[in-house]
Amino acid sequence: MTRPLRHGEPSLIRRISTYFYQRPRLSLLVMLSPPMLWLGVVYLGSLLALLIQSFFSIDGFTGQVVRQFTLKTYEQLFTPANTDIIVRTVLMALAVTVVSAIIAFPLAYFIAHYASKRTRGILYLAVLLPLWSSYLVRVYTWKIILAQEGIITWFFNVLGLKPLLDSILNIPVIGGPSLSFSFLGMFIVFVYIWLPYMILPIITALERVPQSLIDASSDLGARSGYTFRKVIFPLAFPGLVAGSIFTFSLTLGDYIIPNVIGNSSYFIGAAVLAQQGTAGNIPLAAAFTMVPIVIMGAYLLLARRLGAFDAL
Amino acid sequence: MSAIHVDREVAIQFTNVCRYFGEVKAVDHISLQVYDGEFFSMLGPSGSGKTTCLRLIAGFEMPTEGSIRLYGAEVSRTPPYDRDVNTVFQDYALFPHMDVGENIAYGLMVRKVPKKERETRVNEMLELVRLPGLARRKPSQLSGGQRQRVALARALVNHPRVLLLDEPLGALDLKLRQEMQIELKSIQEQIGITFVFVTHDQEEALTMSDRVAVFNHGKIEQVGSPAEIYEQPATSFVAGFVGTSNILSGGLAQQLTGSPDLFSIRPEKIRMSPEDEENRSLSSADFCMVAGTIRDVIYLGVTTRYLVEVDGGGDLTVVQQNLDPVPGDVVGARGNRVALSWPRSANRRLIAQEKSR
Repeated sequence: MTRPLRHGEPSLIRRISTYFYQRPRLSLLVMLSPPMLWLGVVYLGSLLALLIQSFFSIDGFTGQVVRQFTLKTYEQLFTPANTDIIVRTVLMALAVTVVSAIIAFPLAYFIAHYASKRTRGILYLAVLLPLWSSYLVRVYTWKIILAQEGIITWFFNVLGLKPLLDSILNIPVIGGPSLSFSFLGMFIVFVYIWLPYMILPIITALERVPQSLIDASSDLGARSGYTFRKVIFPLAFPGLVAGSIFTFSLTLGDYIIPNVIGNSSYFIGAAVLAQQGTAGNIPLAAAFTMVPIVIMGAYLLLARRLGAFDAL
Repeated sequence: MSAIHVDREVAIQFTNVCRYFGEVKAVDHISLQVYDGEFFSMLGPSGSGKTTCLRLIAGFEMPTEGSIRLYGAEVSRTPPYDRDVNTVFQDYALFPHMDVGENIAYGLMVRKVPKKERETRVNEMLELVRLPGLARRKPSQLSGGQRQRVALARALVNHPRVLLLDEPLGALDLKLRQEMQIELKSIQEQIGITFVFVTHDQEEALTMSDRVAVFNHGKIEQVGSPAEIYEQPATSFVAGFVGTSNILSGGLAQQLTGSPDLFSIRPEKIRMSPEDEENRSLSSADFCMVAGTIRDVIYLGVTTRYLVEVDGGGDLTVVQQNLDPVPGDVVGARGNRVALSWPRSANRRLIAQEKSR
């Protein structure tokens, strides 16, 4: 009754397939070595090089990097002028993250739970569309929009609200001569640029909250507000954290927006650029780079403490 | 319709209820009464409108037309959180970020029941569904059967007047499902509230229910006790959906009953004997008799199902119990000539209906 499964000699390709099929560990090794090499050498390697650089110092006279372990660079990092840069950047990143979350959540909720399939597609596209065009173009466009002669000022003029705009611009710290030369303007552009990175993870998280859970909550007597606080928000929280990681870290590291918009006070990214480029102080640039890395590390630990990754 | 309900309070009253989704008539002019303390099943294939009916009672859907009353009060526009009903969902819908105790206590939390009383009632419920000591587990750590019991406890802890169950046993394996059927029924008898149970499993509906409504295309085909539904199907859809039936019309019906009208005969009501042993003592006034050839045999353990091609055209399905202590070669019966007979009283005339849309 037995008969061969297939007739004839197996082909070379079939023999190779069989060889790997019978050795799953070898297949795994072959599959994973290219990405592991990339991650290990290029990715982690460069981070390690950065870390090492930050423990070197620069010779004040020759401008040469002294390849000797020292904490001098970190002392320099924590001088008031530099900590100002760090605090300013962190506050900006926090503000951008909080406001992005507040804007993104209702929109994401609408897309995930109310929009019809068609509308959802259109809205997805609308959220993603800005990411397809050049980031630089969009930033410079905003400079024009926010400028003294720009459309926003014009709009306020037309509505006769010029005094309102002026009083906003007169607020110390966030104000300035015009929106394009103020922290407020910079903040608006940051929120605009990073908002999609907040919306998308929240949509994904909300889509994973089944309608039946929301039904169950109202079935058990809860009104919409209670359902939101006790069911929807806790379950969407991981998405919010994921989005905030994007907006927060991207704002921390960005060097273009602070250069184009605002009153040319330094932000971490711009400081790194200036240190390694203009000043040629690679160790201090490296030390500056460590700041967002450390902050993000702490942030992730905190997020885990809050249970943001429990639902993953 | 059974007379026992006459003096009972009406729990749920549907009057000409419709629910349309665009062009789709999910529920199409349904009128229906469910009595207090009754185990009522809504049976039908998927898309027949039974789940929409349940969601209309729960308040997740609002009727396009018609009126829904719960214990006399009009509720068509009342949101779910203001209705005295609770639901056990098909996917259980347990809150994944809360443990079992928190899940069960949810309805009590919403109503601000004091902590002490909450704990007592949660523990009572865990006893009732036979899960004591599991209060601190997360839903993800439970088996399907356990989740089902938690979902039941979470609904019952609120002491609803009506419990709605949306195919709650669908995801369980056969053994567990049969256990849960008995348990659900006994819980219902113990606490005495109205259960409305949605299922596509006719056996489940027959096993547990006081009454069954058979749904098809957004309409109710028949309402009755399980025995009424099974023995006296009103339409060919009911005859075909609840159990198996031979549904006959035209020539073969004429030959067997003397009328070409639509009728059904249950396969197990038919007696089959070898053609040469044909029982000539049966009177054709009381019995239908016909000869045929076995075309197919399916051995099912307790019973064997035969497909018999009747002389003069047409097929009949016949089910015989496997009574022989040492069964012969049942499958080898293919091709044998047989005589079929059944009492005329087993024939059930059906209401002719237009073909499905």
